[in-house]
Amino acid sequence: MNKIFVSPSPHIHSGDSIKKNMWGVVIAMVPAMILSFVYFGINALFATLTAVLSCILFEYLIKKFLLKEESSITDGSAIITGILLAFNVPSSLPLWIIVIGALVAIGIGKLSYGGLGNNVFNPALVGRVFLLISFPAQMTSWPIPTTRLSEKINPDMIDSFTGATPLAMLQEGIQSGQSVSSIMEQNNFPTYQDMLLGNIGGSLGEVAAIAIIAGLIFMLVRKIITWHIPTAIILTVAAFTGILNLCSPDTYADPLFHLLTGGLLLGAVFMATDYVTSPMSKKGMLVYGVGIGLLTVIIRIWGSYPEGMSFAILIMNAFTPLINKYFKPKRFGIAKKGGKK
Amino acid sequence: MLKTFKLGGIHPPENKLSKDKPIEILPIPEKVIIPLGQHIGAPAKILVKKGDSVKVGQLIAEKGGFISANIHSSVSGTVEKIADIKDASGYPKPAIHIKVDGDEWDESIIKDDNLIETISYEKEEIVKRVEAAGIVGLGGATFPTNVKLMPPPGSNSEFLIINAVECEPYLTADHSIMLKRAKEIIVGINIIIKATGVKKAIIGIENNKPDAIKLFENIASTYSNIEVCPLKMKYPQGGEKQLIKATTGREVPSGALPIAVGAIVQNVGTVLAIYEAVQKNKPLFERVVTVTGKKINKPGNYLCRIGTPIGNLIEAAGGLPEDTGKIINGGPMMGKALINTDTPITKGSSGVLLLDIKESKRKEQNDCIRCAKCINVCPMGLEPYLLMSLAENNNLERLEEERIMDCIECGSCSYTCPANRAILDYIRLGKGRTGQMIRNRK
Repeated sequence: MNKIFVSPSPHIHSGDSIKKNMWGVVIAMVPAMILSFVYFGINALFATLTAVLSCILFEYLIKKFLLKEESSITDGSAIITGILLAFNVPSSLPLWIIVIGALVAIGIGKLSYGGLGNNVFNPALVGRVFLLISFPAQMTSWPIPTTRLSEKINPDMIDSFTGATPLAMLQEGIQSGQSVSSIMEQNNFPTYQDMLLGNIGGSLGEVAAIAIIAGLIFMLVRKIITWHIPTAIILTVAAFTGILNLCSPDTYADPLFHLLTGGLLLGAVFMATDYVTSPMSKKGMLVYGVGIGLLTVIIRIWGSYPEGMSFAILIMNAFTPLINKYFKPKRFGIAKKGGKK
Repeated sequence: MLKTFKLGGIHPPENKLSKDKPIEILPIPEKVIIPLGQHIGAPAKILVKKGDSVKVGQLIAEKGGFISANIHSSVSGTVEKIADIKDASGYPKPAIHIKVDGDEWDESIIKDDNLIETISYEKEEIVKRVEAAGIVGLGGATFPTNVKLMPPPGSNSEFLIINAVECEPYLTADHSIMLKRAKEIIVGINIIIKATGVKKAIIGIENNKPDAIKLFENIASTYSNIEVCPLKMKYPQGGEKQLIKATTGREVPSGALPIAVGAIVQNVGTVLAIYEAVQKNKPLFERVVTVTGKKINKPGNYLCRIGTPIGNLIEAAGGLPEDTGKIINGGPMMGKALINTDTPITKGSSGVLLLDIKESKRKEQNDCIRCAKCINVCPMGLEPYLLMSLAENNNLERLEEERIMDCIECGSCSYTCPANRAILDYIRLGKGRTGQMIRNRK
């Protein structure tokens, strides 16, 4: 008889793996990636390639020479960080700045904590926020999609034209005393249809709401993520901005506008749902999602940045261990306090 | 909508390779090894010595405490020796080795197959007969059945729930006896109803056994107090607490027994053993065992004597496949890996599963990525990832707070983990130590 194995049960495994989940997320991001190439052209392709390749390279180099650990580049997580980093920058950003972002994301955001599974903050967002603070000018100069230029703006200016994101336009307008409706009626202000399809100024991955929704559906069907976090964020933002809008429609834009702009969907679907940095119980996920939604709206409306998603997610990332401690799953056979069973 | 339990659960591939195989009778082996500890509780006290001749059904070891069980000889022959063997736990345990000679049954056993429907015994007599026959839970937990038939005074037993779920992949032993011995099982249910005074019996069967559901619905329709409850397939529905939740909607409180919500749960194989003990005076000395595995030639369900070496069953099923990597006593989710094929079948053995080398190797373990899939599948609402790390750090107080003692060790967490973490291994370790800590406190 051969040598036989003896180990405790269970003796079978589902076959699920980190790789399958990570590559699943990558696949879910493909529609948004393709649309970014369509809207922002070759620059978007270069930005994405630079971000992904430098994330992989830094992961490889740091693991091999600094940590002296086995390479982990095939697990797909560095690729996700790369794509997400690219999704969060304007296509006109000089490539060397993207490389710096990748170094911060992988080196500081992820590997300094011990690698995948141990980081506190979403690595791509660490990289993005670092760039936003270090290179504010380059990070907030947004190329307008080429498709949009040809329709409404003088085509001669295609190569050099940059503009503001809808949220920034709105903030600027309100600060100069205009009402929301008058800002939105201006000729160069995008329609809801533009926002849904991604025909607006912004980061690579934030513009096309429809592609992000497709990715969400894919991840839900494949059971890579559950509905709790995205739903909690979206409903909170909708409710909060809805109430504000009802109180004073001239100062506060409507919920649909807030949902379709400023990377809200990108963050809710692909960044807030990051396994490592989000809570683990369903109750915890809902609390975390509500927190992100509230913080995002607060930053957008009363803060100095027009977009609040990145900061909101990072702040709630920091709360994740606490949320995990206080929001436990529903236990079997434990009566609720005061209730009877 | 079919019923099932709410929290967690998984859907492993069924692999019920032997589901259409009728029960075959395994030839009596030349030698049997009967361990003294085949049940939960104190091991039985030995009554025979080397050289004694024994008959089939003769008491050879008597219960060694309140929670313990009698053990009977499964063959006729001579006691060869009393010596330790390594059983499924891997530890040496005392066992009676009997050399077989013929097949002479104890005269008091009614050997024919005629159905006896009339229950001529009263409550106490039924429990006494079950106790004498050495019956324990045959689903694998091996808790002495007579103890379960005597609910503590003051408790209100409302439901008898028959566990005919067989949610472990591969195993079909219960399914095969349900198809062949349905009438006896119904009489067995009536015996338990009489003994415990429950108002209603519910037979929980998963919907992957439509033939058994139909058969039992037909027979049960003539009894107003027996009901078949078809269940939506989900592992671990055969877990006592999960089954009670699925069939009655009641939740057994943490740390309590099923009787706390008025339920008594019996495995369908145990019910058959109760019928045989009460109506035929037949002690528990044989059972049906599924022999299975993807590489095995003749997967099937075999009626075999307790103490038969597992090797004999594997031979009957076509021999040990070339690339066998693991020999499991039980199913793939909760069974125990054996060290060799000499290990005997005991009262709790429901199957012998052979996995090939590739299936037997665990994949490399990675860091936890906090995907929360273990939490989502845990049928007890625990946080397996957390219990694992607390167990690694031996933080017993926290483990108790996080309710590690509620873990039913179903293995859904380890099965699901995308990082291949040995979650349940560590939880078992932590559970053992936490249990010890709690006992020391008393």
